[in-house]
Amino acid sequence: MTNNLRFKTSRFIDETYRVSFKFNNKIYFGFKGDTLASALLANGIHLVGRSFKYHRPRGIMTSGSEEPNAIIQLHDNSSRTEPNVRATEVEIYEGLVASSQNCWPSVNFDIGGINNLLSPILPAGFYYKTFMWPVSFWEKYEYFIRKSAGLGKSPKVADPDIYEHNYIHCDVLVIGAGISGIMAAKMAAKNGLKTLLVDEKSYLGGSSIYDNSEFSKINNQTTSSWLEKEINEISKLENLEIKTRTSVAAFHGYNFLLARENLTDHLPINQRENKVRQRLLKIRAKKVITATGSIERPLIFDNNDRPGILLSSAIKKYIDLYGVACGENNVLFTNNDTAYETAVSLIQRGIKINAIIDNREQIDSKISYEVEKNNIKIYKGYTIVDTYGYRRINKISIMKLSKDGQTVIGEKTKLNCDCLGVSGGWTPAVHLFTQSGGKLKFREEDQVFIPDVYPSDQISIGSCNGDFGLEEIIKNTLSSIKKFLDIDNSEYKTIEIISGLNQSKRNIWLLPSDKSIGKTKSFVDYQNDATSKDIKLALREGFRSIEHVKRYTTTGMGTDQGKLGNMHALGIISETAGTKMGEHGTTTFRPPYTPLTFGTIVGRNVGEFFDIFRRTPIHDWHVANNAKFENVGQWKRAWYYPKNNENMHQAVQRESKAARDSAGILDASTLGKIDIQGTDASEFLNRVYTNAWSKLAVGKCRYGLMLNEDGMVYDDGVTTRLGENHYIMTTTTGGAANVLGKLEDYLQTEWPELDVYLSSVTDHYATISVCGPNSKKIVSKVIPDLDLSDEKFTHMSFKNAKIDNIKCRVMRISFTGEHSYEINIQANYGKSVWEKCMEAGKDFNITPYGTETMHLLRAEKGFIIVGQDTDATMTPIDLQMDWIVSKKKYDFIGKRSLYRSDTIRENRKQLVGLLTENPDEVLEEGAQIVADIKKTPIEMLGHVTSSYYSPNLKK
Amino acid sequence: MFLINCPFCGEREQSEFKAGGEAHIVRPKQPTELSDDEWAEYLFMRKNIKGIQFERWNHVHGCRKWFNMVRDTSNDQIKAVYKMGEKPPVK
Repeated sequence: MTNNLRFKTSRFIDETYRVSFKFNNKIYFGFKGDTLASALLANGIHLVGRSFKYHRPRGIMTSGSEEPNAIIQLHDNSSRTEPNVRATEVEIYEGLVASSQNCWPSVNFDIGGINNLLSPILPAGFYYKTFMWPVSFWEKYEYFIRKSAGLGKSPKVADPDIYEHNYIHCDVLVIGAGISGIMAAKMAAKNGLKTLLVDEKSYLGGSSIYDNSEFSKINNQTTSSWLEKEINEISKLENLEIKTRTSVAAFHGYNFLLARENLTDHLPINQRENKVRQRLLKIRAKKVITATGSIERPLIFDNNDRPGILLSSAIKKYIDLYGVACGENNVLFTNNDTAYETAVSLIQRGIKINAIIDNREQIDSKISYEVEKNNIKIYKGYTIVDTYGYRRINKISIMKLSKDGQTVIGEKTKLNCDCLGVSGGWTPAVHLFTQSGGKLKFREEDQVFIPDVYPSDQISIGSCNGDFGLEEIIKNTLSSIKKFLDIDNSEYKTIEIISGLNQSKRNIWLLPSDKSIGKTKSFVDYQNDATSKDIKLALREGFRSIEHVKRYTTTGMGTDQGKLGNMHALGIISETAGTKMGEHGTTTFRPPYTPLTFGTIVGRNVGEFFDIFRRTPIHDWHVANNAKFENVGQWKRAWYYPKNNENMHQAVQRESKAARDSAGILDASTLGKIDIQGTDASEFLNRVYTNAWSKLAVGKCRYGLMLNEDGMVYDDGVTTRLGENHYIMTTTTGGAANVLGKLEDYLQTEWPELDVYLSSVTDHYATISVCGPNSKKIVSKVIPDLDLSDEKFTHMSFKNAKIDNIKCRVMRISFTGEHSYEINIQANYGKSVWEKCMEAGKDFNITPYGTETMHLLRAEKGFIIVGQDTDATMTPIDLQMDWIVSKKKYDFIGKRSLYRSDTIRENRKQLVGLLTENPDEVLEEGAQIVADIKKTPIEMLGHVTSSYYSPNLKK
Repeated sequence: MFLINCPFCGEREQSEFKAGGEAHIVRPKQPTELSDDEWAEYLFMRKNIKGIQFERWNHVHGCRKWFNMVRDTSNDQIKAVYKMGEKPPVK
């Protein structure tokens, strides 16, 4: 550790607790309380990564979640490895391992740095323009582009950590625990409202908690000591829940918010065992108070991206919060008063300030006079025109700004420095506000977008609302929260504010240089290497919309989503195009505010919990008998039952042969079953099926085809009339829920006059289908009391029966074309009845068959499967099923559509049977049928919907 | 995500509901007497309004009841919910 960079005075750092960590394979030390960024800076390390496109050396730029440069790979070569982590947010712990990204062989010497020299030929849109031709070369280009793309490495093995989702309901949610957030939370909780206060940092108090300056005081105390007492007080409030390390990711409509709570990332790995790593909080708040603060703007000048260039507020935070100096010879570059606060902190610690470069000609504030008193040279009305130093800044050159700020004049002066703090003023963090649907307005005087129209019961306070001065923040927070929460008592009696800062600012989006713009590299988006030159090029090439310029130049499209540079991009566009900035609006801020891990998003819904899966009552038997399963909707259905190393084809051939020759047995429990009752049940079926139902006798079954109102086949199945006003309808396995929904829809909305009640009974029954020439013998052994003679029990009829005193329904219906019985019994008896059938069928080689054989058997018979042979563009006529469409019925769902001009068109695709010339050849399902393969574009005549080899027909 | 006040169950999360398109489109009583164009009008033509829109919703993971909703599509404010067959309470 370089001792002269560390000051042992910060109360946020535990100097008795030394922590060792590894960065780029070297061991370093820091203290408990450090972030990876502050610990690296204390070790004199600025260079932590390479930029995305030009591989330029990049250093730590900020001290928070807005960091564009210091994104690193955490936990290399471990199952926990995580790319693109912001070093400014990582709290160090014993044994932390991290490394730089996007560089090879090392961050200090990176081969990709050649791109920086090639940059004149790598402008915005380079990839779009260059790799267009010849078309056939794309695959070759792609290989190399893919290799060079991307930043970190994704993990290759399963994540060992546990994640979860929690719901939180509260009266008031306060986002951000800075000075105004803390005041708002206290007022809400003290007035009896259930309040939740969240902050992304590990500590409360925002940037005021480490401000010990004499120039910002509340009730004659430093803001840090005043705030410390406030925090102490609110931590005892019963109505208030406080969550730190909790970052709100999304603010949706109706005050529904998603936040990520980090629980173990700051702990050494061996203390994380069996603990939840991150939680996704799903928050429903009656009222939301957004106090997310603001983000300091950088300044845009030539070579503004060198390691050692930081936001001026970050330099202050590293000194005051972490006790770390970012450099020993500092220069500050500003257009407003906040940099002077940094200067005061530097002066307090006796750190050298070589100069302050201020865009403004006139500076009139107490704090600037104080700084000047310390014999620090302030260059008023100056700008930086260039910087020097490859791996770390070592020099800058400055020139005087012209009156209008558009050019530079006079002599160039060079100044030495090892650290440069920049301050371009502040951008309110309105991301969450706009995500929620809020509308912004542009404030001309200091060029900021601030909240204007609120879409829900919410309010923005503090600097995210455009209040930057301490007095303004506190006064406006008090008055607006009182009004927003409708309370009289603010809990704050008198508050005296002293502030030595003036809010004046000289805003120049793109600072002028003595070089032509083509020769400069002034970065707007650091992470994506987008420069002001790229933005101007996009405008020259005709892009006008901010959304188009963003995508063309990739400005704001990095993992930081342009938190630093988006405003400058807007500013440069309006300056160049000569338009007003407010007119362009902003690009859309989309969730998440900071990246979320996939683990947080999926929570516990991993592995077997990823989706619900439904098992039939006979499932365990299938598993015990070596079934392979197929997913049908959410169901696991037995697919085929391989014996002695059979492959699927062999098993299916054996199963289907057995079903035709002797007996097969199928678990059909997954078919949807809807119980239909009511005096108008027959009329209802008449209206929903294409065929007629009124004359179906009690005890009989009938196949029905259901259409959509557009005439296309929707579902099919057999419906049985159980009683005068009682039917049971079967549907396809996958269509069950939708059919019920559709029928309910018609009943409730179109035909409320019908006396019909529907209930889903799919899960109530197990359905066992026994088919084949010997099926009668088998069923008669299982149900000896039932007369199975063909005269008494005809095809397409049903009988009530009993198996060991348990009631069941037996239907003589067949999907295979074989003589079949379908036994429906209360679900929990399903497995034992199945086993009875297996036992009874032993002498007849009863063979369990799965869905694949079922498909083959029905194809032999010529039955369709809705969803396989149909695809929502097929009418019954297209399927050669006009026999099932009633001509007599006045109306049914879809009838009118069957003679629309399109459905009676002559050249509609038809379902037909195909045979191959070579009987052993099986066409591939989905294959296209073409007449002439040489003609391009190839004309498609149709496609294969189902295809099998039949062992029974030998073709 | 909306909070929807189901007329039968009370306020519930949007995830319990399913949207069912434009409301107050009545299925013709004599479809066979309609021309292709008239049938197409019923079958396909739907409004896509920026502003006040009348919609059908189904509390599919709740009471399974269909009901109507008046929603401002420009800001997702739900102006009213009412049962099937009832007249819209707002214009």
